[in-house]
Amino acid sequence: MRYILRRHEVVLDDWYHFGESPPEGGSLILPLAELLKDPLRWRAWPGRLGVRLAPDASCDALSAELPRLGLLAVEFLSSGDGRGYSLGRLLRERLGFRGELRAIGAGVRQDQVFLMSRCGFDCMELAPGEDPEAARRALQRYDVAYQPGSGAAVTIRAQRFFA
Amino acid sequence: MYQYDELDQAFVEQRVAEFREQTRRHLAGELSEEEFRPLRLRNGLYLQRHAPMLRIAIPYGLLAARQLTKLAAIARRYDRGYGHFTTRQNLQLNWPRLADVPEILAELATVQMHAIQTSGNCVRNVTADHLAGVNPEEVDDPRPYCEIIRQWATLHPEFTYLPRKFKIAVTGSKEDRAASEVHDIGLHLKRDADGCLGFTVLVGGGLGRAPMIGHVIREFLPLAELLAYLEAILRVYNRHGRRDNIHKARIKVLVKSLGPAQFREQVEREWHAGRAHAARLLPEQVERVRAFFQRQPYESLTDTDVSQAGEPAFLAWYRYNTRAHRVPGYRAVFVSLKAHGKVPGDMTAQQMESLAALAERVSFGLIRVTHGQNLLLADVRQSDLHQVWRELQELELAMPNIGTLTDMIACPGLDFCSLANAGTLDLAGQIQKRFDDLDYLYDLGDIEIKISGCMNGCGHHHVGHIGILGVEKRGEEWYQLTLGGSANGFTALGEVIGPSLPKDEVAGAIERMVETYRALRTEGERFIDTLHRVGLEPFKESAYALHPAAA
Repeated sequence: MRYILRRHEVVLDDWYHFGESPPEGGSLILPLAELLKDPLRWRAWPGRLGVRLAPDASCDALSAELPRLGLLAVEFLSSGDGRGYSLGRLLRERLGFRGELRAIGAGVRQDQVFLMSRCGFDCMELAPGEDPEAARRALQRYDVAYQPGSGAAVTIRAQRFFA
Repeated sequence: MYQYDELDQAFVEQRVAEFREQTRRHLAGELSEEEFRPLRLRNGLYLQRHAPMLRIAIPYGLLAARQLTKLAAIARRYDRGYGHFTTRQNLQLNWPRLADVPEILAELATVQMHAIQTSGNCVRNVTADHLAGVNPEEVDDPRPYCEIIRQWATLHPEFTYLPRKFKIAVTGSKEDRAASEVHDIGLHLKRDADGCLGFTVLVGGGLGRAPMIGHVIREFLPLAELLAYLEAILRVYNRHGRRDNIHKARIKVLVKSLGPAQFREQVEREWHAGRAHAARLLPEQVERVRAFFQRQPYESLTDTDVSQAGEPAFLAWYRYNTRAHRVPGYRAVFVSLKAHGKVPGDMTAQQMESLAALAERVSFGLIRVTHGQNLLLADVRQSDLHQVWRELQELELAMPNIGTLTDMIACPGLDFCSLANAGTLDLAGQIQKRFDDLDYLYDLGDIEIKISGCMNGCGHHHVGHIGILGVEKRGEEWYQLTLGGSANGFTALGEVIGPSLPKDEVAGAIERMVETYRALRTEGERFIDTLHRVGLEPFKESAYALHPAAA
């Protein structure tokens, strides 16, 4: 099992990725393509269902399935790949997604988690080798911000611009 | 000028603390160079040819005397006693030690300065017209809006990892002294028919490989929508800009591939759809920032014509190095960093300290950095000009050559930069030597030479009347010449005139082209206008006089 950073806590992951063979009724994260291939089959999945999105995924493809989904995982292919920040905000703000928004991939490192949390991510599945405790502390590097943020994963005591 | 409040100060201090820890992790081997690189770049730190280079932001070019004094102290303590001012209103230190950088940043934070986002694939230092607020023909002072954009862009959670660097310039007057049309976003202040303030928005300008002039995507954007619209542009770029090829990753490539009309449509759609969640710019926020840029407490004076009486050297300096001011009795004074035989844009710690003291006495304690790599004292009483000239002369900062051929722009080139193909500084020196005679220089009038050491074009060679680009050929430094570029008022990209030349032939070729201009010009005609009238041919011929086959 792996540890993830969920809100401010390091916890054991209770979700399974596609291919990890979850127990009956377990929580499963599917690639978007897999879901779209056979939506009816997955609507009948007994457990919670989540979807994993490539950084260039289009929100339109998702809206029909959204009510069924408890988790969206957005891939950050490297720490320089910033597309997921925009996608995260769109999922929260444009689609109004309220479930778990998870950052996943080689780009999810302690030096990026603060930005991710400000874009609406409340969960980070860190890149291999990253220390979840260090990432947890990194969420508190700043307590001031200029921009409005999505979600309240970090505490901001002073902010300049609001939405 | 803008003063930090508690939020701004807390932010820069938290940023320093973060970078101190990142540097510690790197030096302890916990953070590889590959992982450290994007982090140090976003704090202005490059690893250069000889040593790290630290690029310190001077937002929209405005410096308080105490800040310049601090820069001098830092240059002395952590570097070799000098700094280099760049075309984007930054100061570069060429010899700091990596381990000292967190301390340098901490010292900067004590005077409300930083090096945040001066490099890396993020929104860079926002630049403006150096005559902002004093120039008589201005719609409005662009600096408050630069400051607002600076704050909004600082550690923007969505836009800190863009496909490529992103540069924004704001101007408030017709003459484009900030090269805004060759920026990723250029904003031109404007009033609509009802007198409301807003911007014309240009996107997709840029130099480097495939230089491009920005496209107007919105004729008038109301001020209140500024941040929402910037968010829309940046979001379209962040999501759809290319990330597979560094040379195709600037927004100009996206604008070109979609076409400006389609790009505009995407931005407008994103703007409307995203407005509810975009950062809002409230009137009281605008007023708060504008209040910092109110007029100086000018004395009530009348204009005196200083241009007639006095020694010729003073009059030449007055003519070339001072500019009109909107307030009677005042002039704006250039501090030339283009002394012949000195590196363009370089300044010693001693000069910085003395200039800071002078600014305290004669120009409300403020100094500006210009796009042309000079400094400016914006608010000098005309009655002080003679004394200021004397003091600047003593500091070797009074070279009366602003706007002339030897007021060249040059990037640091092969001497410092690890990207460069060829030297720029020694070449600038060779050219200055050829044109050392001031009477000759003045006779030539307004000729802009811009030198870049590589394709990235930091020396803006594409928009020089005469552009010089360093290229590497068989391990040697060669130079390609372009003619007809312009960045001032009317933006145009220069045209390559032929094969590159070896270093020792460049200054001679320029001299011959300039001679061709003198032979062909009509009364009062500028170099660039003669060039437009007669075409490239005669200039080409003279440039390649030593190699007739190449012309």
